[in-house]
Amino acid sequence: MAIKVLKPGLATTVQDAGRTGYYNVGIPLSGALDQYSFRAANLLVGNDENTAVLECALMGPELEFQRDAVIAVTGAEMVPKLNGALASRNEALMVKAGTVVSFDFMRTGARAYIAIAGGIDVPVVLGSRSTYGLGAFGGFQGRKLQTGDIVPVAAPKRAAKVGKRVAHDLAMPLPKELELRVVPGLYFHRITDESARTFFEDTWAVAPEADRIGYRYKQGRPLKFKERAQPFGAGSDPSNIVDAGYPYGSIQVPGGLEPIILHRDAVSGGGYAMIGTVIGADMDRIAQMQPNNKARFVKVDLDAALAARADRNQRLQRLRAALA
Amino acid sequence: MATGTARYSHGADEHIFVELSEEMSLDAFFKGMAITTALTKKKVPGVTEICPANASYQVRFDPDVTHPREMMKLLQQLERDMGSVELQLNTRIIEIPVLYDDPWTTETLMRFRERHQDPASTDIRYAARINDYPSVDEFIAAHSGSPWFVSMVGFVAGLPFLYQLVERAKQIEVPKYLRPRTDTPKLTVGHGGCFGCIYSVRGAGGYQMFGITPAPIFDPAQGLSYLKDFMCLFRPGDIVKFKAIDRDAYDAALKQVQAGTFKLRIRPVDFAMKKFLADPAGYNRQIEEVLYGN
Repeated sequence: MAIKVLKPGLATTVQDAGRTGYYNVGIPLSGALDQYSFRAANLLVGNDENTAVLECALMGPELEFQRDAVIAVTGAEMVPKLNGALASRNEALMVKAGTVVSFDFMRTGARAYIAIAGGIDVPVVLGSRSTYGLGAFGGFQGRKLQTGDIVPVAAPKRAAKVGKRVAHDLAMPLPKELELRVVPGLYFHRITDESARTFFEDTWAVAPEADRIGYRYKQGRPLKFKERAQPFGAGSDPSNIVDAGYPYGSIQVPGGLEPIILHRDAVSGGGYAMIGTVIGADMDRIAQMQPNNKARFVKVDLDAALAARADRNQRLQRLRAALA
Repeated sequence: MATGTARYSHGADEHIFVELSEEMSLDAFFKGMAITTALTKKKVPGVTEICPANASYQVRFDPDVTHPREMMKLLQQLERDMGSVELQLNTRIIEIPVLYDDPWTTETLMRFRERHQDPASTDIRYAARINDYPSVDEFIAAHSGSPWFVSMVGFVAGLPFLYQLVERAKQIEVPKYLRPRTDTPKLTVGHGGCFGCIYSVRGAGGYQMFGITPAPIFDPAQGLSYLKDFMCLFRPGDIVKFKAIDRDAYDAALKQVQAGTFKLRIRPVDFAMKKFLADPAGYNRQIEEVLYGN
């Protein structure tokens, strides 16, 4: 079974739960940016929840199915169309052989997930089927899908139940304004007390440069770094440090101007001071932010981060129970 | 070695970041290697990433398996345990041929001249001048004369950061470009701050460009013999010795790369910090003998 790419969309890639264990040589996590919606899509079509899917950013693809298949579309509000007829999101859909699946424009959210029963059948590279674009490996030939690609799909492990749905309260929320919880730390002590305050006071807008590597934010007041004689090996700008590893979710502010939150295709290290880290539970929510969506950063401590993590885990458990 | 100078920070719930020293030093790098090596051996449940860097390291883990505060205690204990350990590294020395002042990086640096501190010069001439070398040849002799530690691998897949094994007064230091370039040839040998690097893929970059190596260092297809085990050549702790080559040798090497027969000189070596500090130049000669002996 395979699907033919008639139009690739803006940035459609194969992703799964991601690739662990290679960040020490610069190979990032990769994987679906919104892991919750990714898992929901798989559970809807009867896949193991870590099965490879298609992730679509901002504009969906047009796909021709060569055989009957069950699919589900989750994440961003991007309504699927089967041979032009509108169908439902967050629901297991029957797609007959020869059907063209296309999508309405993305209303809210930034990433939709298309799971197909059986899963996208590309080679496993370093433990994952996820695409790593900068390294040009994983996924479908190490790149975004292009017109004419024939994407292989594996045989389903179990029969999918057409019509299975994610209840509204268990779907990924898609607000246009949200609060992102941050544990200050790393090099937070390098910014002035005033900047340490304004960073959390200001409302920030997602800049057009927001992708799988990182999300850039603008419109807040610039941050000032404390003056110092730069340590040996650090660059000359006060926002520079001796090149270090960047945690996934860490926030760097090159030149003090625009904060960048590194996401799952992160550059693994460099010489810009990181002022804190977005909590694990909020990383999926960043994935659904469109350019110009607004965020406020909220200072939390480690215990709050762990409590939010427990809430997220419980929600995922309820999703699993609901779709079992 | 002094202990208790390290700074520990939670990177939210899934990371711990440890700055061993604010400034770059061989001591901090070595300590990071020792701690991360010991941590890897410990096989702590839930740990997924252990990343040594120049003068720091970070760990990523599942906090549902090991609590972040437990993890921090464990890392602090590891640092204390290192206090009395002889700093020794069982590693490899790898010879990397370089065509310095080559046509490809020169073409690229000319395209981005307005982003450079000294638009009238080239990167290597500028670096030679501000590091007080009377000529580019003498600069190349210094760059390729003493070995370098791979002090970190990252930014992108397989890219080594390199720290030269010489006294601080002899370290080559250059600023990064005023504004980063949008293009850098693959396999460019670069330098920024006190760090050398080899660009593993083509792309943006801010380091000064001194030359290019014909030796692939990252290849997902794993075509060459030395990349069969893993797609990235370098690991933190490797030692690199650059060798200046001419255009004919470069072209010959490229032909071998294309034919899939290209090989690198790689030898196992033990590096002892104490011996190096006692006599850096003499110890570097010993390491080179390992590389070129039989």
